[in-house]
Amino acid sequence: MSDASITAEPPPGAAPPESSGEGLARHLTGAFFLAPALILLAVWLLYPTIYTVIRSFFGRSGYLGAWVGIDNYKTLFTTSTILTAIKNNAIWVAVVPAFVTAIGLIFAVLTERVRWAVAFKTVVFLPMAISAFATGITWRIMYQQNPSQGAINALGRTVSDAFSPAGVLPSATPSTPIFQQGQGGALILKTPLRPNGVALIGLTGIAPQDMPKGSTQAVQPAPKPGAIDGVVWRDFKPGGGKPGVVEQGELGIPGVTVQLQDSAGKVMRTTKTDVHGTFDFADVPPGAYNVGIGAQTFAKPFGGYSWLGPSLITPALLIAYIWIWAGFAMVVIAAGLSAMPRDVLEAARTDGASEWQVFRRVTVPLLAPVLSVVFITMIINVLKVFDIVIALAPDSVQANANVLALAMWRTAFTAFDFGTGSAIAVFIFLLVIPVLALNIRRFRSEAS
Amino acid sequence: MTAAGEAVHLPAPGESAAAKILRALAKTPLQILLGVIGLLWLVPTIGLFITSILPANTLASQGWWKIFAHPSLATFANYSVLFHNAGLTGALKTTAYIAVGNTVLVVIVGALAGYAFAWLDFPGRDWLFLGVIGLLVVPLQMALIPMFKLYDLFGISGTVLSVILFHAAFGLPFAVFLLRNFFAGIPKDILESARIDGANEIWIFLRLILPLGLPAIASLAIFQFLWTWNDLIVSLTFGVTPITVWIFGQLRQFASSIDIIAPASFISLVVPLVVFFAFQRYFVQGLLAGSVK
Repeated sequence: MSDASITAEPPPGAAPPESSGEGLARHLTGAFFLAPALILLAVWLLYPTIYTVIRSFFGRSGYLGAWVGIDNYKTLFTTSTILTAIKNNAIWVAVVPAFVTAIGLIFAVLTERVRWAVAFKTVVFLPMAISAFATGITWRIMYQQNPSQGAINALGRTVSDAFSPAGVLPSATPSTPIFQQGQGGALILKTPLRPNGVALIGLTGIAPQDMPKGSTQAVQPAPKPGAIDGVVWRDFKPGGGKPGVVEQGELGIPGVTVQLQDSAGKVMRTTKTDVHGTFDFADVPPGAYNVGIGAQTFAKPFGGYSWLGPSLITPALLIAYIWIWAGFAMVVIAAGLSAMPRDVLEAARTDGASEWQVFRRVTVPLLAPVLSVVFITMIINVLKVFDIVIALAPDSVQANANVLALAMWRTAFTAFDFGTGSAIAVFIFLLVIPVLALNIRRFRSEAS
Repeated sequence: MTAAGEAVHLPAPGESAAAKILRALAKTPLQILLGVIGLLWLVPTIGLFITSILPANTLASQGWWKIFAHPSLATFANYSVLFHNAGLTGALKTTAYIAVGNTVLVVIVGALAGYAFAWLDFPGRDWLFLGVIGLLVVPLQMALIPMFKLYDLFGISGTVLSVILFHAAFGLPFAVFLLRNFFAGIPKDILESARIDGANEIWIFLRLILPLGLPAIASLAIFQFLWTWNDLIVSLTFGVTPITVWIFGQLRQFASSIDIIAPASFISLVVPLVVFFAFQRYFVQGLLAGSVK
């Protein structure tokens, strides 16, 4: 969080120091006040920085190890896990600062006109107080793949069910090989039936608790003149039973939509099975027909996106990270907004500019310095991101979610390759320097 | 843009009741939108809390929102188990030691240096100050390996002190920067008259600078406290176990340990939330001092 604040700007009117003094005594006083800070900085920042830079040219173990030249840096760009980290960090830099700044700007502008803005700002800012590590765990719970456990996939299932609901028998499979697979998982009897025929559609793979409600003993109907009838039943009973034969103790499956197709595969009629699993197409004209069950009956329920899987883990991390930092951007930008000269905005409005024009042509240009501070701060934060990745990404996908700081830590402290670890640290350092230097130069020029 | 003076029309001085209602209505979609966003923003944190009060066997197959249909599922058993877990209570103590120790250290050392840079005169002062600010660019990753080796050499690996000192050093550039700038804004007359009265620098520092600099010190203290309370990487590297590292140790069995992980995570964020709500003003001030005026 201190990262958020490294972009400070000195207040105006810093008084110049007194130049009169008693020489040595003055120096001693200065030394007394400064010594603790300088010692801490020298031992914990200055020495390590020099050491790590030097260490990055030496081998994996020992205080220094063997001289290897720039081999460690070559390793950076030839090791697939580290390359993944570089690629992922590039995605982080490309996505997060832009989104955080844009969302912060939108929230800041919108809340300007609402009376309970303080409550809204507090809520959005709240994640800033929570550790990135706890945030990772919080979102890992949100991202669970099973839609009955993960809130985000539960939302996905609600939406999915509205457009393509799950079938009555998502897990059912035929009990005997007398079917051919139709389009999209439909089951069609291989042998065409003529009027007077009886279709026996035996299914297995249905758990007892998944059986449609109200099912009773399956009944094999008798052939009827001019009609095609049949039964859809759970071709299984405790002990197994004989496949393809309707037996005592096997249940009919009610509510299944059965299709009657002509020889070209066109659906002529549909009907639903009753509590015994039986169905009946009466008054069928002479000819050969296919009987089957449409694909919709076997449609699998929405299984949830694999947010924590290898391909979605980085987007999942980005969302959680934006959730944390949007509040920071909002608060900083809102402060910039409140410091903006009102008369300029009013002038534009009285000139007949629309709200959008005022926003686009006046507000945003005037806010540009603030927006760039937020943007740059986010670049620096993102280059050092670590905790949220280690907390949110399961071990199995951490290689896919890899980022530079994590690669550095793993290389140094689980593989104990201090040479390459140092090289990654220096790489992060080199990436951060120009960005931060830009920021410092900006506030120095503003202060003068 | 044309000058404001040529404005075509000005709003009428009085607004009729109907106009007021219309204006309020026009804002309603915005209010609803913000309300929905605000609620969405709260969902993850609420989800963590509810997860933390559900029994493990419920969580094995159900989502936390099931509690809205079955409020009786709520239980504080997870928490009471945790508070009897010596590992967790020890980790909490370690977290508190690190956070408080570091905050006190950074405030004291940072204030001393900030005062020296603002009000004492010695050669090379401004260059030294720039050098300290320049250290802001050093990411802590640069120091992990050398300090890991150095701590090993001196045999202080795994001690709370090793972590406090590391955090303090990395907190200092910002602390010195913030406090120096704030102290420099204190009116010169106050300090001058004290010096004329014969007060020495230590007296001035303790009796004038610290009380007058309290707002900046409060901001700094809150930042440092939250920063170190929430830290994972430093303690993890030096083998110290505050609450974040303790939870990290449970992550391998995420699904089966969720009844430990969720409440422990919630415990870890209660203190920062309390600090945040109690000192929100200083927190935001510090944030703004750090980015815009």
